[in-house]
Amino acid sequence: MSRLKLFVPVGVFLVLALLLWRGLYLDPRTLPSVLIDKPLPEFELPTVEMAAATVSKDDLPDEPFLLNIWGSYCLPCLQENPIFMAAAEQDLVPIVGVNYKDKPHLAQMWLEDNGSPFDYSIVDEDGRLGINLGVYGAPETFIVDGNGVIRYKHIGVIDYQIWETEIMPALAAVRAETAPL
Amino acid sequence: MVPELGHFALILSFCLCVILGTLPLIGASTGNRLWIGLARPLTAGVFVFLSLSLVVLGYSFVTDDFSVAFVAQHSNSLLPMQYKITAVWGGHEGSFLFWTWMLGGWMLAVALFSKAMPDDFVARVLGIMGIIGAGYTLFMIMTSNPFDRVLPLAPLDGVDLNSALQDFGFIIHPPSLYMGYVGFSVVFAFAIAALLSGRLDAAWARWSRPWANTAWAILTIGIALGSWWAYYELGWGGWWAWDPVENPPMINWLLGTALIHSLAVTEKRGVFKSWTVLLAIMAFAASLLGTFITRSGLLTSVHAFASDPTRGVYILGFLGFVVGGSLLLFALRAPLMKSEFGFAAVSREVFLLANNIILVVASAAILLGTLYPMIYQAVSGGELLSVGPPYFNTIFIPLMAILVVFLGMGSVSRWKKTSVAYLKKQLLWVAVGSVGLGVALPLAVTLEFSFGATIAVTLGMWIILGIVQDIRVKIANKPTVLAGLRSLAVSYLGMQIAHLGFAVILLGATLTSIYSSEKSVLLNAGESVDLGRYHFNFQGTEHLSGPNYEAERATFEVLKDGEYLEMLYPEKRLYTASMSPSTEMAIDSGFWRDLFITLGDQRESGAWSMTVYIKPFVRWVWLGAILMALGGLVAVTDKRYRRLKARALSGAKGDATDGPAQGRDKDYQPVSG
Amino acid sequence: MSRTITGTTRLSVLFVLLLTAVMLSPVQAAVDAFAFDTPEQQERFRHLSNEFRCPMCQNTNLTGSSGGVAEDLRREIYMMIMEGQTDEEITRFMLDRYGDFILYRPRLTGETILLWFGPLLFLLVGGWVVMGIIRRARPVERVAAELDTAEQERLRKLLEKVDEPH
Repeated sequence: MSRLKLFVPVGVFLVLALLLWRGLYLDPRTLPSVLIDKPLPEFELPTVEMAAATVSKDDLPDEPFLLNIWGSYCLPCLQENPIFMAAAEQDLVPIVGVNYKDKPHLAQMWLEDNGSPFDYSIVDEDGRLGINLGVYGAPETFIVDGNGVIRYKHIGVIDYQIWETEIMPALAAVRAETAPL
Repeated sequence: MVPELGHFALILSFCLCVILGTLPLIGASTGNRLWIGLARPLTAGVFVFLSLSLVVLGYSFVTDDFSVAFVAQHSNSLLPMQYKITAVWGGHEGSFLFWTWMLGGWMLAVALFSKAMPDDFVARVLGIMGIIGAGYTLFMIMTSNPFDRVLPLAPLDGVDLNSALQDFGFIIHPPSLYMGYVGFSVVFAFAIAALLSGRLDAAWARWSRPWANTAWAILTIGIALGSWWAYYELGWGGWWAWDPVENPPMINWLLGTALIHSLAVTEKRGVFKSWTVLLAIMAFAASLLGTFITRSGLLTSVHAFASDPTRGVYILGFLGFVVGGSLLLFALRAPLMKSEFGFAAVSREVFLLANNIILVVASAAILLGTLYPMIYQAVSGGELLSVGPPYFNTIFIPLMAILVVFLGMGSVSRWKKTSVAYLKKQLLWVAVGSVGLGVALPLAVTLEFSFGATIAVTLGMWIILGIVQDIRVKIANKPTVLAGLRSLAVSYLGMQIAHLGFAVILLGATLTSIYSSEKSVLLNAGESVDLGRYHFNFQGTEHLSGPNYEAERATFEVLKDGEYLEMLYPEKRLYTASMSPSTEMAIDSGFWRDLFITLGDQRESGAWSMTVYIKPFVRWVWLGAILMALGGLVAVTDKRYRRLKARALSGAKGDATDGPAQGRDKDYQPVSG
Repeated sequence: MSRTITGTTRLSVLFVLLLTAVMLSPVQAAVDAFAFDTPEQQERFRHLSNEFRCPMCQNTNLTGSSGGVAEDLRREIYMMIMEGQTDEEITRFMLDRYGDFILYRPRLTGETILLWFGPLLFLLVGGWVVMGIIRRARPVERVAAELDTAEQERLRKLLEKVDEPH
């Protein structure tokens, strides 16, 4: 019986090793959103296109749309711009931007230089809207349904593969729910 | 051409490690004296080729050979020379080569300083270290070759060493940490050799102790240097973050502490043999686990090297083989503990065992907290959890408090049996004095009662007064105090110095957490801020140019109690090459407290944001660590380790005895240390 | 004693190094200049900033990170303290937006019970092991008394041999 007790350490170690092996294939860095299925926060902010007027939640599209967090300083945002541009040209989905912690005049120049896929871009200079969205850095993209409820979040740049294999299917799923009967 | 030499040397050392890991081990089992005799020369060969490999890598850095991928990734032609050299360990591949070279160094040390031990035993020890070395070198050759070339188009210049690493702390922390970390492979090899040979006795414990103590002392320094570096690098007064990469060395250190004490019991009393062996295996397992966590991308950490699951799988496999294999061997070959006898319920053995258990519990708790986020993520289907300092402090501090209580009692207690009455007599005034000082000192200094400070001072004094009491008893019948102190055994003095160091750390860590203060302000030139007894007079900034940066240098006049103390000059720099800003805080470090000022930004109004800090007792954390390490090293120099070596050299070869050492060894001094 | 001297010399140098009077060093921490009404507020701010994890950093609290979302979150904490919100309300704010990831002190839930009570469990198991060893460990006198006369004679002879000079 005592000899059996000496096998406890090796047993514990085996469990530990299995745990560690499993853990190797997890990604500890992508922070999933806790706002899934929660409504968008309220806001009243100007846009890059029209600094004088403000928009709020009511002004957002009544159908599922993409909410993209971007900034003129953000290199990956530049990389995903062509994808959004193509989507906008093909009228695939409305895209609303949030110009995050940026200067409106720099944002305007960026949109002029690269083209704007956005219906409009909300100005979030001090980052408070971002905080309310649980954002921690551009680019991040949300799928919001027609009722203003967040349904999906993608962190990081969107390339063509991610667009096809993740964003489009997620969008289709959200659309299917709210499709008229 | 030259980098290929380094690569070749690495492959050669792998081959030698394979031979070392097989022939001497087989020879020790079959009694083949030729194969046994190969161990030392093979070890020398391994060390020579690893050194060659390391030197070649260093040479590639020094000569700006950017055709070597690793050099291109971590160096730059403008990098100062000392950082070009230390950039060798500035990334995964190079630091792993450095780590392996450390193993080679320890192997060589064993080969050179093992004349007192039987050859077959030494052959086993070196053979096991050879197996470990083979695993490390193979890992490098297969997945992490520092000598990979970028050919034919070598870059013109390198990417540069991470700016956070271009610092003095980087020159001393990794080498000392690695030296200590890797050092536990020696006592591990001793333990496995004991299991393989069936020779698990007090002599084995006596041979192992110097190696365990030295590795432990060096690891203490390595961790302390890391903490010190983090303190002045981070800039907000933090010195230990319970980061997933910091925790494994801490676990290693805790298990190492348990090990050195358990070895003491096994050597002196012949008990707890299996437990000691298990600790030796666990301490080294912690070292391998640290390697795994740092280099596999398993956990998010400020220290982690770039992650790569392939490397992770390899290291895990190696970990499984070495630790799993050792624990299996342990289960099959370790002597059953049913034969433990010879001590009463209240005895030195029991106090040491109790604290051993607490150290292991603390290690398990830290491991739990470190791995829990990963477990949670796996089990919850992707949700993330953070386990940080609030958790670790809540768990660790009470455990250490219990440890301190037992430490005080254990170090005055006697082997075999200590009467409770005797303990009471020795410790009553110590207890009263500790509580008294605990209440009085904080009140006297700060004029305010603090529960935390009282507990901290009480515990610290419990250790310190206990040391005083024990020394008093030991030198009671000596003519003078000096003569008395000189009569004490070196190993006993080492123990007391180390325990004193522990008390100093305890006091420093707790008191600095309780009494630190800071203040953030926005100041214009000519304005000032007060904190505690200090007055900081901001006298404005001036522009200055450095070798590769532009800076604004602020001048502060610091007054204490209204009287002039000194000037401090924090800076805000802009490194022109990378256009990256950097804040240089000005620290005034002292024995009783640190003062520092961190400069923020200049606002449009011309005012500067800044924070001033007072951190009392923070230096005690590192000074205590130095004392602990010093105590450990002093204990190693005890003559009974060297006298035996001399005796062995003069003819009485080998100490392969069974049973406790006392009574058989004329040189043995029955000191209770 | 040469080994001690080298060791001591090395350590003394280190000693002096660590006590070096004044030095400059690069820091990563943030410097805000928030004005508080009372020192308690400043302490609360520092305490809360230490308890929350910076969402975009590798593994740092809000205090240790300059710039980015960490700066914004500290500003939010400051504003909430000045508005009079409690620590619980501020924690709730963070949780609602960033989830449990942002808390360095995990909440006690069904899923974290093992985390919080695990160490206590380990301690109890450890204590049980020690009690077991103490109970089974018998002092030498009792062991000797358990031997029969023949064994006691053997023991006496063996001990005599051990004490002989060799």
